[in-house]
Amino acid sequence: MTALALSGLNVWFGDGPARVDAVRNASFTVAKGESFGLVGESGSGKSTILRALTGLAPSWSGAMSVNGKTLGHRRDRDFFKTVQMVFQDPYAALHPRHTVDQVLSETLKLHGFRDTETRILSLLDGVGLGPAFRFRYPHQLSGGQRQRVAIARALAPEPAILLLDEPTSALDVSVQAEILNLLMDLRDEHKLTFLMVSHNLAVVAHMCERIAVMQNGEIVEIMPVEAMRSMQVTHRYTADLLNDSINYVRSSPVDPSPSVERVDPD
Amino acid sequence: MTLLLDVQNLWVRFPTRSGIFEAVRGVSFELGKERLGIVGESGSGKTMTGRAVLRLIRPPGQVTADRMSLDGTELLTLPERDMRKMRGQRISMIMQDPKFSLNPVMTIGQQMVEAYRVNRAVGRAEAMQKSLDMLRAVSIRDPERVLRAYPHEMSGGMGQRIMIAMMLIPDPDILIADEPTSALDVSVQGQVLTIMDDLVRQRGMGLIFISHDLNLVAQFCDRVLIMYAGRVVETCKASDLHDAGHPYTRGLLNSLPQLDRPAKRLEALQRDPAWADAPGDGAAL
Ligand SMILES: Nc1ncnc2c1ncn2[C@@H]1O[C@H](COP(=O)(O)OP(=O)(O)O)[C@@H](O)[C@H]1O
Ligand SMILES: Nc1ncnc2c1ncn2[C@@H]1O[C@H](COP(=O)(O)OP(=O)(O)O)[C@@H](O)[C@H]1O
Ligand SMILES: [Mg+2]
Ligand SMILES: [Mg+2]
Repeated sequence: MTALALSGLNVWFGDGPARVDAVRNASFTVAKGESFGLVGESGSGKSTILRALTGLAPSWSGAMSVNGKTLGHRRDRDFFKTVQMVFQDPYAALHPRHTVDQVLSETLKLHGFRDTETRILSLLDGVGLGPAFRFRYPHQLSGGQRQRVAIARALAPEPAILLLDEPTSALDVSVQAEILNLLMDLRDEHKLTFLMVSHNLAVVAHMCERIAVMQNGEIVEIMPVEAMRSMQVTHRYTADLLNDSINYVRSSPVDPSPSVERVDPD
Repeated sequence: MTLLLDVQNLWVRFPTRSGIFEAVRGVSFELGKERLGIVGESGSGKTMTGRAVLRLIRPPGQVTADRMSLDGTELLTLPERDMRKMRGQRISMIMQDPKFSLNPVMTIGQQMVEAYRVNRAVGRAEAMQKSLDMLRAVSIRDPERVLRAYPHEMSGGMGQRIMIAMMLIPDPDILIADEPTSALDVSVQGQVLTIMDDLVRQRGMGLIFISHDLNLVAQFCDRVLIMYAGRVVETCKASDLHDAGHPYTRGLLNSLPQLDRPAKRLEALQRDPAWADAPGDGAAL
């Protein structure tokens, strides 16, 4: 079964000479229960694809569908009961004057749940936050705790599909590990489908079975994670991207012999 | 080795409503003509260590140390006037976010020329020429155009390179770079690092490279300090970082997903309260 399908998707901003073609002719499908990754340098159109899916892109053409249902230009409540999104910056995503309790109970009420009390407690428990966090404000939480709240809110409508836009890029590696483990556990538990954006190839490889590489708004390659791990890529750009993420420092293009003696650190 | 900077028992304290907060607690290190990395989680005191060396901790923050000397000159007791000269000529710092460090209403050329003339009695033309040279040194292809541009017209990678160029104008002995590439794409990151590396080698500068990226520091630096809760818990050669002994360092390394080594679960860091009390001289437990 197909959870997400994009076919010939174009997304653009502005018109005339100011027009930016952010996504061009993008096509891929994500099976139910699958995790699909989008990688590529910043500005390549990754977030725009997620925004188009959630109805936040004003102008687009092509076709998008969720669970076989073709998407129009408006998204109804039913859509957000199926598809939820987690963003990179959990601070910007949470209302600064709302407690965790308010954030979660609003979302629950919006989706017609009545047993908010028990659901809030179980959502918090599900993302590894004890009841003590329930009445805290965002500024009283660490970055990792905020991202847990954002994930709890995304899970509140019991969605089948999570769109994850750089969910751990703003976090320390230790916290990243906790959040990625949490997402994997939740995926198993609720049989979730993930569409995940990250500029970190190792993170995407850890989370996803298949990965699309984007460059300048286009998908240049779609590959299974094994191919990426073993560097069996067909596109030159993908090879460069992999190389850059493993070898940060290139050998110097100019005179390689140091003019200053290297100091023995000890 | 040529000792440039000698920091012994550095403390940075902030009075808060709930008492004194110790952001840096007894940090000691020496810096020669080398690339010294400082790594650790956010909040571990990396930035405050860098700022303290430049005496840029604002009151009510307090800085104390047994010694904090540059080439034998004690910085702690230096009059502010002389310290300003030190900052202009001998030590430069690239701040975490270049967008906040450049003046938005001045062209890049105006800012570079001004920076150059602060400590040097030279004419505009010479300062302009030197600025062009600096921009070329950081691989900016069209330096004349960049000099006429405003900061907001620059991409993140360009902005960061311009910051590096500005910091190099005075030909400092020490460059402190605070997460200089964290906001950049890996492709641009590589370019910026290569530029910094060349400059360090060619000029024989001492570089303090602050980062939360262990893989990057392991590749780029000569030596690494690992900070936890304001302390240095371990010091090692950068090339040995992946074999580090301290459980905190090990925990950080193990929590990273690896492209070439699939794992079902990532290892979560199990914090030990004892790490915060670890000896500041960096001995492993
Ligand atoms: N609201 C917008 N208005 C105009 N251009 C935009 C807007 N949002 C994104 N873009 C442009 O679309 C392109 C793709 O952006 P984005 O999808 O955010 O990239 P990524 O997530 O891969 O970094 C970029 O060139 C960006 O500048
Ligand atoms: N003005 C201040 N008052 C109180 N605490 C501060 C102040 N500035 C920084 N801190 C605290 O000092 C600690 C170290 O900060 P910093 O050096 O910026 O960490 P890092 O750069 O390693 O992320 C943090 O816990 C931070 O909250
Ligand atoms: Mg994005
Ligand atoms: Mg910092």
